[in-house]
Amino acid sequence: MSGLQIDNISMRFELPNGGHVQALQNVSLDIKSGELMSVLGPSGCGKTTLLNIVAGFLAPTEGQIILNGSKVVGPSPERGMVFQQGALFEWMNVRDNVSFGPDMKGVSRAESKEKVDHLLDVVGLGDFREKAIYELSGGMQQRVALARCLANDPDVILMDEPLGALDALTREKMQSLVLDLWKETGKTIILITHSVEEALLLGERLLVMAPRPGRVHKEYHLPFADLGVGADLREVKKHQDYNSTREEILEMIWNMEEEIMGRTEESA
Amino acid sequence: MTGIFVLLLYVGAFFGSFVIAKRLYSSAFEKKGFNKLKTVTFGDESSITPNRVASVVSVITVFWLWVAFTNSAIPLPKFPGPYSGNASFTYTVQLKDGTTDDATVTMRVYREDIQQTVDAEGNPGREPKPAEVEPGEGFAKNDSLTVARYGFKVVNVWQNDEVSKKDGSKIIAINGQPIEPGQKFTTPEGKVGLTDKGTPTFAPKTGLRMARLYLPAPEVVWQRFVFLNTEGYQGFTLLEHTRYSLQRVLIGFLLGAAVGVPIGYAMGLTGWARGWFDPIVEFMRPIPPLALIPLIIIWFGIGEIGKIVLLFLAALWIMIIAARSGVSGVAITKVHAAYSLGASKWQILGKVIVPNSLPDIFTGARVAMGVCWGTVVAAELVAANVGLGKMIVTASKFQLTDIIIVGIIVIGAIGFAIEVGMRALENWLVPWKGKI
Repeated sequence: MSGLQIDNISMRFELPNGGHVQALQNVSLDIKSGELMSVLGPSGCGKTTLLNIVAGFLAPTEGQIILNGSKVVGPSPERGMVFQQGALFEWMNVRDNVSFGPDMKGVSRAESKEKVDHLLDVVGLGDFREKAIYELSGGMQQRVALARCLANDPDVILMDEPLGALDALTREKMQSLVLDLWKETGKTIILITHSVEEALLLGERLLVMAPRPGRVHKEYHLPFADLGVGADLREVKKHQDYNSTREEILEMIWNMEEEIMGRTEESA
Repeated sequence: MTGIFVLLLYVGAFFGSFVIAKRLYSSAFEKKGFNKLKTVTFGDESSITPNRVASVVSVITVFWLWVAFTNSAIPLPKFPGPYSGNASFTYTVQLKDGTTDDATVTMRVYREDIQQTVDAEGNPGREPKPAEVEPGEGFAKNDSLTVARYGFKVVNVWQNDEVSKKDGSKIIAINGQPIEPGQKFTTPEGKVGLTDKGTPTFAPKTGLRMARLYLPAPEVVWQRFVFLNTEGYQGFTLLEHTRYSLQRVLIGFLLGAAVGVPIGYAMGLTGWARGWFDPIVEFMRPIPPLALIPLIIIWFGIGEIGKIVLLFLAALWIMIIAARSGVSGVAITKVHAAYSLGASKWQILGKVIVPNSLPDIFTGARVAMGVCWGTVVAAELVAANVGLGKMIVTASKFQLTDIIIVGIIVIGAIGFAIEVGMRALENWLVPWKGKI
C-alpha cells in the first residue's frame, strides 16, 4: 500500500494540574503519493502536533501513521522536514548544509556533489554554495532548507510554516518555488500555514482544522496549485473560485475564533 | 585632601584632554563608514566606537600620574617634592638663672634610597657625612647631622653643649618661636618640634611625592624589570616565573575543560548524569577556589600538583556549566531537522550539538581562563617556590616595591593578552556567534 495513511490519530496531553488537553481527536486521512496538501486552522487546532506525529517526533496516544505500508515509529529520512527558520546549521556553509543528509547516509561527497549542485541551482543559490548561513537573507535561508530536504530524496516533505517569517514579496517567490519543486519532484507535501492565501495556492487538497479538540473540520479539493505551477500566482488569484473560497474559509476560521473566545469567557 | 585633589586633576584631564584633542585631532572624532550617515548616535550603542586618542591619552595620564607622585628623573611635571639639601633651625637654651643662648642645627637631607643608587663607577651610594660647622660662641654649640628624606630625627643637641637638662636647662624657643615640650610647628624646610622630654626633633618636608619604598619611579621599575630578566629573583628569572605561572594555568584549564566539557554534555543529554552531577556542581560552584587552598596544601603540598588541582577545580565547574548551557541552547528544530535527515545519535552529537555549543563553551573558556589566571597568582601568594605570585609575595617581605610593581604589570599584561587571544580564537573558530 503506497501513500501516507493517518489512521484515527488522537493526542492527549496530560497537564501537571491533573487536567488534560485533547490536541487531536480521531483524525484520519489518506494522502496519496504525490499529493500536495495544505493544513490551515486557528492556533491551538493541533496542526503542528499532527505534523510532529507524522514526522515521528511525537507518538500519538491513539492511532497510527502508515507510510508506504509500514508504521511510523520515529523520525526517518523518508519524511523530510522544512521548519519556519533557525533549523539550518550555522557552522556549515550552504553546500555542507545541503549535503548533510547524504553525508549522514555515508554517501561520498564526490557522489553527492552533482545532486547538491543541481539542487542549489534549482533553488537559485548556484552562486552562494560556499557562503556562510548567516550571510544569507531569510528567503535564501529557506531556499537552503528546501534544497537540504530534497537532497535526501524523502518520500514525504513536511513543512511547518516554512514561509511564515518571510516578507510578502519573498514569500510569493517562494510559493512559486514550492509549486515548481512539487511538480518537478512529484513528492508528497504536507504544508502547515497560517495564511489562507498560501493554503489556497499551495494545496490541491486543503484541510481546515478546528480546535478543542483538534479535528478535521472541512476538506477542499482545489485547482489552484495545478494552475500555479510555472504560472504567475497573481493570475491564479484572479480565478473566479479563488476569492469565494477564500472568503468562505476566512469566515469559517473567524467563527471558530469567536467560539473559542466565547467559551473562554463562559469558563471565566 | 590629596585624594580629592588628584581626583579633580584626573577628572580635569578627562575633560581637558577631550577639549584639546577635539581641537587638534578632529579627524579622530569623525564617525567612520556607515556611522557617518547616522544623524542619531546618542543612545545608539552600535554607533559608538572607542576613540583611540582617548585610549592613548588615558594611558599617558596614568603614566604621568605615576611619574608625578615619584622622585622620577623623567622630565614631566611633578607634584611638590621632598626637601633636599641642607636645612637648619636655631634653638634657644635657657639656663636655670634665666640666661639664654642660641645655637644652629644644620640637617643634611639625603635621598632615602641612596644605598640603592649607583655612582658613575658602579659603586653603591652611601649616606653623606654631616656638614662641617663651627661650634660657635656661648654655652650652646652648633650641631650638624644628617637625615633621610621622608625621615625623622631626634636631635640630641645637648651632647656638645656646655649645659644639660640635668642642671635645669631647657629649650624655650626654636627659630625664635617659643615652644613647649610635646609641641611642633612647620617651617619651610620641614617640621620641628620638641619631644615630651624637651629634645628637638626634625622631619624634612615630604611634599606630595612618595618615597621609593611606597611608589618607585617608572625608570626604577624598568631597571628592575631588566634586572629580573637577566639576574632573576629567588633563583628564577622573570621569564621563568611567568612561564611557571602560565604553565600551571594552561595545564589546569585544559584538564578542567577536558573533564568539564564531557560532563556538561552528559548533563545536557542524560537525566542520570544531570541528577548525578547537579548536587556536586551546584555545591562546588559557589565556593571560591581560594577557599580550597588550605585543604589543597594539606593534601597535595605546595608543589606543582597542588596548584594544578586547584586550577583544575577553578576551571571545572565553569566549563561544566558552559557545556551544559551549550547543549540546552540547541534549538529543537535543529535536532529535529538532523534526525529527519537521517542522523544517528552520535552524528547528532558530533555534527549538531558540539558545534552548536561552541559559542557557549568559548564564553566559558574565556571566563575560566580569567579565573584561573587570578587563582594561580593568589595560590602562589599563599605557597609556592616559583611563579609570579611567589615573586611578588617574597618581594613584599623584603619591601622591594619595584619587584611587586613589575609583577603586577606582567600579571595584568598577560591577563589582557589572554583575553585578546581568546577573543581572536573565538572569532576564528565560531564566526557565526551572535549573528543568528
